[in-house]
Amino acid sequence: MAKKISILIVDDEESVRDSLFNWFIEDGYHVECAENAKKALSMLENEGFDIILADIKMPGMDGLEMLRRIKLLKSDSIVIVMTAFATVDTAVQALKDGAFDYVTKPFDPDDLSHLIRNASKQITLSEENENLKQKVVSLENVEDLIGKSGAIKLVLKDIESVAQSNSSVVITGESGTGKELVARAIHSNSPRRYFPLVSVHCGALTESLLESELFGHEKGAFTGAMYNRKGRFEMADNGTIFLDEIATISTKMQIDLLRVLESKKFVRVGGNKEISSDFRVICATNRDLKSMVENGTFREDLYYRLNVVNIYVPPLRERIEDIPLLVEYFIRKYCTSMNRQPVTIDSAALSRLEEFNFPGNVRELENMIERAIVIGNGKKITLKDLPLEKSIISNSVESLDELEKLHILQILNKYSWNISRTAKALKVDRVTLYNKISKYGLKAE
Amino acid sequence: MDPRHITLISFGYFDADFLRNVAEAVKKEFLVNVNVKEGHLDLSEFYDPTRRQYNGVKLVNEVENNYSSDHSKTIGLFNVDLFIPILTYIFGQAFLNGRTGIASSYRLSNERYGIQTDDRLILERLIKEVVHELGHTYGLIHCHIPTCVMRSSTYVEDIDQKGSKLCINCRNEYNRILK
Repeated sequence: MAKKISILIVDDEESVRDSLFNWFIEDGYHVECAENAKKALSMLENEGFDIILADIKMPGMDGLEMLRRIKLLKSDSIVIVMTAFATVDTAVQALKDGAFDYVTKPFDPDDLSHLIRNASKQITLSEENENLKQKVVSLENVEDLIGKSGAIKLVLKDIESVAQSNSSVVITGESGTGKELVARAIHSNSPRRYFPLVSVHCGALTESLLESELFGHEKGAFTGAMYNRKGRFEMADNGTIFLDEIATISTKMQIDLLRVLESKKFVRVGGNKEISSDFRVICATNRDLKSMVENGTFREDLYYRLNVVNIYVPPLRERIEDIPLLVEYFIRKYCTSMNRQPVTIDSAALSRLEEFNFPGNVRELENMIERAIVIGNGKKITLKDLPLEKSIISNSVESLDELEKLHILQILNKYSWNISRTAKALKVDRVTLYNKISKYGLKAE
Repeated sequence: MDPRHITLISFGYFDADFLRNVAEAVKKEFLVNVNVKEGHLDLSEFYDPTRRQYNGVKLVNEVENNYSSDHSKTIGLFNVDLFIPILTYIFGQAFLNGRTGIASSYRLSNERYGIQTDDRLILERLIKEVVHELGHTYGLIHCHIPTCVMRSSTYVEDIDQKGSKLCINCRNEYNRILK
């Protein structure tokens, strides 16, 4: 676990010290305050602080003099100076003397948050550089991507491969497979993780709303626009923007999006100032973008711009061996959130879940378990708690051959390709099973 | 203090159904009793004419000193623009591990940003803010999980990015605190 970052606030105004103290405490930082430079320097001699936030105008020794002395004590200290009376001269002097940044009181909450995240990032990155020399990196924050199947391991491997780069990613997969979780995992393991992951559900917005959402607007841009409004691209500065259901955007938006992706610059609605934003783009879709390009409904240039890396999230029916782990995870999750004692699931119910087709994928399984916990007896989930009356056969399967192939593959995966157990479950002999495997070209993942 | 009771006190006009919905959501999230009351304050005492806003520090102290009790966690609900001395605005604030917090609906409405009114959205946003501030009173700090209600939000669109519920880690921490 990362160490807690410590902040020292130096300001002669009690209300400022208290406000900042409360703000940072809620962010989980270790915070201490000093009312003058002398006390701050004495505290710094006894205890190292990661970030020092100091007022420039203070009685006695001022912030600039204190900054110089701090730099003599510890040259790599991160000092942010603040003042109510900003002048270019003092700002330049503070930066020349080694200040990390310079801010004018009162701050915009977002600016303060951004500033501290930048400083924290610098501290953590230098620590991570040290740690990286000593250990192999492992993925973090992927605990929602549950499973041990080859299919999910491949997804995790893909996440690990792309996380450190800046490349655009398209995540494909059926609805409910967890594409947004994959996007979050990529962001959480990327150097951009200290900055926001901003999600936009393109399918939920009309073209004009999407434009305002993505680009923001200026105060006075239209009647009632009393404040400037940041768009999602601006919000994602230094972070990642996740465009869900990318295949639903209009032709005009495809052009606008391409322009922004190429230049990383845009103008707010009603504005004339060009705004730059450094973001990484991750998209998701349950449609086949390639065929949309071929039939002319999705721009080819945008497709290639977005689809630098493709990650395919398999449907649940292709990873049935993950169902027991997922069930266990959702039981734990919902029993905790509903403040209930953990329940179990009986083997007959679990077996039926493993046979179910799950057209709604992991989301459907999750809903099923949540429902079962709500309506169940509070001890054990049984068959009667599960709404499994739907056909286990996918609607898209029409031929008997296709049905047989899918069923054999399901059972093979269930028994980890153990031929004897699979043949026994299918009630066929081993030779017949081998013939079927060969006929359908089935392969273990 | 009894952490199993929450009191929401409205200062200024709030629609009764709106408040009932906030209270129900809070009750569902924290699984404790929630009361709704009306409070009466002369807000002009808290108005700062130079900033044309209301001082959030003074207001949270007023609620703490004159409206909170040791029998519940208390959140004051306002519909005015709040600030604290060092920040240009706040949506709300609370005493960490304390018994009092405040939240304002002022900057949560779409109209402030020139967008079409959306009553459902303002309700969702206020619920998130109230749950968030209550989380602080229970000792929860900001969470890095993007969907967790305890994630810090510094501008209104940021609130829409997160959910209205505690993530599994914050929920576990809340359950631990309540035991």
